[in-house]
Amino acid sequence: MNSKTKIAIASGKGGTGKTFISTNLFNVLQKRDFNIALVDCDAEEPNDREFLSGELQYTHKVTQKVPVIDESKCTYCGKCKEYCNYNAIFFLKDTKMIKVLDELCHGCGACSVACNDNAIIEKDDLLGSVSQYGVSTNSALIEARMNVGVYSPVNVIKHAIKETVGFDLVLLDSPPGTSCPFIQTVATADYVVLVTEPTPFGLSDLMQSVDTLKSMGKSYGVIINRAGLGNNDIYDYLQLENIPLLMTVPFDKRIAVSYSNGELLTNLYPDWDVKFNQLYDTIIEQYGNSNN
Amino acid sequence: MEIAIISGKGGTGKSSISAAFATLQNEIVLTDCDVDAANLYLLFNPVCGEEYAFVSGQKAVINQEKCDSCGVCIDYCRFDAIVEKDHKITVLETLCDGCVLCSRICPREAICIVNEDKSRMYAGYFQNGRMVYGRLAPGEENSGRLVNLVREKAKQIAKESGIPNIIIDGPPGIGCPVISTITGVDAVVIVTEPTMSGLHDLKRTLEITAGFKLHTSVIINKFDINTDMTSRIETYCYQNGIQVIGKLPFDPLIVEAMVNCQSITDYAPDSDISKLIRNTYSKIITV
Ligand code: SF4
Ligand code: SF4
Ligand code: SF4
Ligand code: SF4
Repeated sequence: MNSKTKIAIASGKGGTGKTFISTNLFNVLQKRDFNIALVDCDAEEPNDREFLSGELQYTHKVTQKVPVIDESKCTYCGKCKEYCNYNAIFFLKDTKMIKVLDELCHGCGACSVACNDNAIIEKDDLLGSVSQYGVSTNSALIEARMNVGVYSPVNVIKHAIKETVGFDLVLLDSPPGTSCPFIQTVATADYVVLVTEPTPFGLSDLMQSVDTLKSMGKSYGVIINRAGLGNNDIYDYLQLENIPLLMTVPFDKRIAVSYSNGELLTNLYPDWDVKFNQLYDTIIEQYGNSNN
Repeated sequence: MEIAIISGKGGTGKSSISAAFATLQNEIVLTDCDVDAANLYLLFNPVCGEEYAFVSGQKAVINQEKCDSCGVCIDYCRFDAIVEKDHKITVLETLCDGCVLCSRICPREAICIVNEDKSRMYAGYFQNGRMVYGRLAPGEENSGRLVNLVREKAKQIAKESGIPNIIIDGPPGIGCPVISTITGVDAVVIVTEPTMSGLHDLKRTLEITAGFKLHTSVIINKFDINTDMTSRIETYCYQNGIQVIGKLPFDPLIVEAMVNCQSITDYAPDSDISKLIRNTYSKIITV
């Protein structure tokens, strides 16, 4: 793989083991002294940091521009309300009542364009933060963290991904689902690893993720977690659709226990260290194939 | 009463528990508000007579015949969604936020706005009563608004049919859709698991419910995977005045039930886990 390769680790729903795969893959690669960053893009519930220790290198605030109305200049014409496509401006003409609802505002700037009376100025509104932790001399964890109740984690995620410019290899621990935050994350990736479980729920979510990635023209492979619980439908589906199976992780109490303690399996058991190294080789191979 | 089942992260067993609760009585409105990954319909195969399209947002599209490539729209778009590619001005669909500003300022009126309407809401019948659920199309936004619609529909059905209880399977996370799910419900049940992440997410979730002053209780699922962590969660809940109403052990029967497309309480009604779940549910219902 050439420099600046981005691999996204994703799943149709949460709790399938996305964090487990991301942190352990990162761990074996940082031990090989790769120049690598792991970005925790699950900005609503970031928790990669519970598995990786590192010194805080910086925290950047992520903000957006939110309008403030200067009522000494406002003529109560209502044009800004008309321009706002998110119902973020509350306006009552008769009582001359005007108010920006910060929690609904997307910071698009339309109201400022609408206002002919220079009554709108903008202030910075805090959406969340991006922090980088140095895990080793060559590697780092970058965490996107959204503030509670913000309308969308997308802005914070985008900022976090931008911080990876200095790294050769980037792993993106994606937000769950197939909605906007997921799309924004995988859109920047060269290869997507989908983590799922062999259950009807797992299969249904996987099919939805696959459809989405297909429409985006991404190459991808699948990891089946907690293999042994559930049934075989998912394997039939992979075969039918010709989707590469990158790894299976059997259900194993050792894994559940180490995970629950915030420990990395690849630090505890050498056989798992080997398996995650093999996973990387398999991804590279698949990625190479899909690029030819 | 309206009961919302949520969890910080997905995968804590929230849907399996919601499904079990939903099959413990004959008349219920089951509501799946995890619109990004609606799952319960897979278990219950509801017969849905009603289907509604949901406009989740809008996108800009440039009419190349009218556009003279002046580039004004590129400067105005705050989402970096308009670019010049192969000498053509185009909108990157995944980045467009649908604010409509470009279409308002384009001097040649070359930009039109189209609705994103692939998301759906369904309402119908299942074995234990009525079911309402939403499905957000991939890449679409505004799940909070879809959640509101789904809840409105569920309340309307409950009122019209005189069904006393509504069970809501909520979305993961701490964002807008979760807030839409719990606003104004009678009880919130948080399903967590005894992991570092579980505890961490529980704290973030409790931050939200505290803000809404909602009656909140906690279920620790798979508590026997890590009993130390379970005690830590219990202590945390105790210190914050939150009741732990159930501790459920890890049981492969849960997955078996799911694979057989049944709730655990239907699949193995006499199992220990089903008894525990019934017991837990009675504690919610009596608050
Ligand atoms: S910046 Fe955009 S979203 Fe915010 S109030 Fe103005 S028009 Fe509405
Ligand atoms: S457009 Fe400007 S002047 Fe008109 S109501 Fe809005 S802020 Fe006031
Ligand atoms: S502002 Fe209108 S005419 Fe100018 S580049 Fe954009 S779409 Fe084309
Ligand atoms: S609608 Fe808004 S976000 Fe979309 S391209 Fe136009 S200006 Fe950009």
